[in-house]
This record gives sequence, structure tokens and C-alpha cells, in this order.
Amino acid sequence: MSAPTLTFVIVGQEDNPIYEVDLAGPKEQQTQYLHQFVLHSSLDAVDEQMWMSKEPHLKVVDRFNGLSVTAFVTAGNTRFLLLHDGRSDDSIRAFFNEVYELYLRVLLNPFHTPTSRISSREFDRKVKLLAKRLLG
Amino acid sequence: MNNRQIIKHSLNIVDRPLSKNRSEVPTVSLSAFAYLFSEYIQYLVDRANSISELEDRLEKVGFEVGIRILELLSYREKVLRRKTDVLDILRFIHGPAWQYLFGKTADDLQQAANADDEYYIRDYDLLVSRYISVPRSYEPFNPGTLAAGIMRGMLDSAGFPARQGGAGPEVTAHFVSHKDRQRPITTFMIKLEPSVMQRQAYLEAAKKG
Repeated sequence: MSAPTLTFVIVGQEDNPIYEVDLAGPKEQQTQYLHQFVLHSSLDAVDEQMWMSKEPHLKVVDRFNGLSVTAFVTAGNTRFLLLHDGRSDDSIRAFFNEVYELYLRVLLNPFHTPTSRISSREFDRKVKLLAKRLLG
Repeated sequence: MNNRQIIKHSLNIVDRPLSKNRSEVPTVSLSAFAYLFSEYIQYLVDRANSISELEDRLEKVGFEVGIRILELLSYREKVLRRKTDVLDILRFIHGPAWQYLFGKTADDLQQAANADDEYYIRDYDLLVSRYISVPRSYEPFNPGTLAAGIMRGMLDSAGFPARQGGAGPEVTAHFVSHKDRQRPITTFMIKLEPSVMQRQAYLEAAKKG
């Protein structure tokens, strides 16, 4: 049984990655590349569904080899993507909501532009804590 | 009044409830804002080389504000819902956003008769321009450009870009003097990019078909 998969990416409006973290612990290079690739290619699927529904939570938007990608879109068209191996939808929703609030606080910083990466260690730490608490 | 300055209250701005009762919402004093704004315009006048550059810089400031206002207000609404439709976002700007920024909703929202991608929002007495008087030599300048920038920020981050550069679909502010009113009405002309209209048409067709 392979290690649990859980990668979280925040993508801005220009499809630029703002924040990436591997929440299930470090992996070898190959899997990391694979995860990144799957996440970025699922952006197309997210784009399609984004304009169809008014809900910020989009359920699973893409599947690959047993891994699925769930997305959350904010009012400012920033996308949160989570690559996972079939976690419960509710816990993912809760996780996204909490990260949304954290992200909002970062965004309100006048020195942060919509295209800059989030490099704050506090943010990183809090996201990891949330993941441990809500996603197990 | 205008919450443009984020003051450190005991409760962070994100945690503050969006209350219906206007008097409960913490506000910034109008005179403080007017002073800050007038100083800022003087600062810009010193540094800008032309009127259009002055307007550009003012608009950029508004743009940054607009991005954050959109996210903040959407977060604080009870039900989280995104805006996928042009009318949705325009109504949002005209209603809740204007209410939050200036204490009242904007006065008019209409679509241009001939062009599909042009919309007008009017405000009879724009708060930001109330205490700024423009001398003859700076005639085309309109301090409402700050509000125009805020609107463009909101439109842009919601995915309805109002192009930049060239003759633009941007959001521009115009003074229109009206005989019944003391102050000129500020009209914002919003022109959207063709990609937005294409997407709209595509979505309409998808919904029907």
C-alpha cells in the first residue's frame, strides 16, 4: 500500500502557482513531479466547471490513476487544488474553508500582489496544522 | 464612510461581522479620508509628468483596493457565491460594494444602447471627489478615477477584464453636469473585453442546448 497522497496547490488567476505544499510528508522526486503535473493539467477541467456553477466548492474535477483532484474557487478567481486519494468530501470542504480565511489574510497585506508567491512561514505552518487536524 | 484605511481594531477586519445596521459598522472619519486623499493627490501631482500619468497612478491604487474588497466582501457574505455573470458582478459593485465603501448604493446602472459590452454606473455625489476641486489647467482629470480603479480591480479579479492600454475597455470616470444638481454627476463607463462577451455567449448557448 503506497503512502497516502495529499498535495495542495494555490493557483492564481494567470495560472501561476502561488503556493505548493505536500501535506503527506516528503516523497521521492518522481512522485513529486507526477503530482505537480497532474495538478496543473487539471486546471483545464477546473476552468470548464468554474463558469458553470456559482458554488465556490467544485467537487472532484479530474481523476488520474486512482488519485482525484478537488477544487475550490474564490471570488477573485484564485483556485485551491487538492490532490488526494479519495478523502471524504466534507473534511475537504472544511479544510478549504479554513485555508480560504488564511489566504484572505495574506491577500489583505498591501505588499502582496496577486501574482507573488506566498512565502510566509506562518502561513505554511498553519496550513500544515490544518491539514493534520482536518484531513488526518 | 470610506473604510479605505485598515485601522487596527481589536478585531481583525476579516473577523468583523457584516452587520445590516449601518451605524454599527466601524467607519473612518470623512475629514481624515479627505485630508489623506488630498495629500495623496498633491504627492502625485508633484511626481507625475502629465495628466494621464496622474490618472494612471491613481487608478492603480484603486485597482489594488478593488481586488481586496471583492474577496473580503465575498467572504463576509453569509452564503459564499461566486459571480459568473456580467450582470451579477455589476450588480454587486453597484450594491454591496458601493454600500460598503461609500455608505450608499450607486445611483444608476445601465447598459449602453448600441454596444453590448458597455455599461454605465452613475453616482450623483461621489464621496472621493467631493472635496477635490480641479483647476482649469487640469481639466480632463477626474478624481473619481480612484473609484474607477476600484471597480476595475473588482472586475478584473472576478474574471471580467477591462483591458488596459490603448483605447480602452477600461473603467473611466466622467463628469456630467446636470442642471438640477449642484454637483456634476460622475458617470463610470465600463467597457468589457471581447473575450468576456464570447464566454458569455458560449455559456448562454451551453445552458440552452
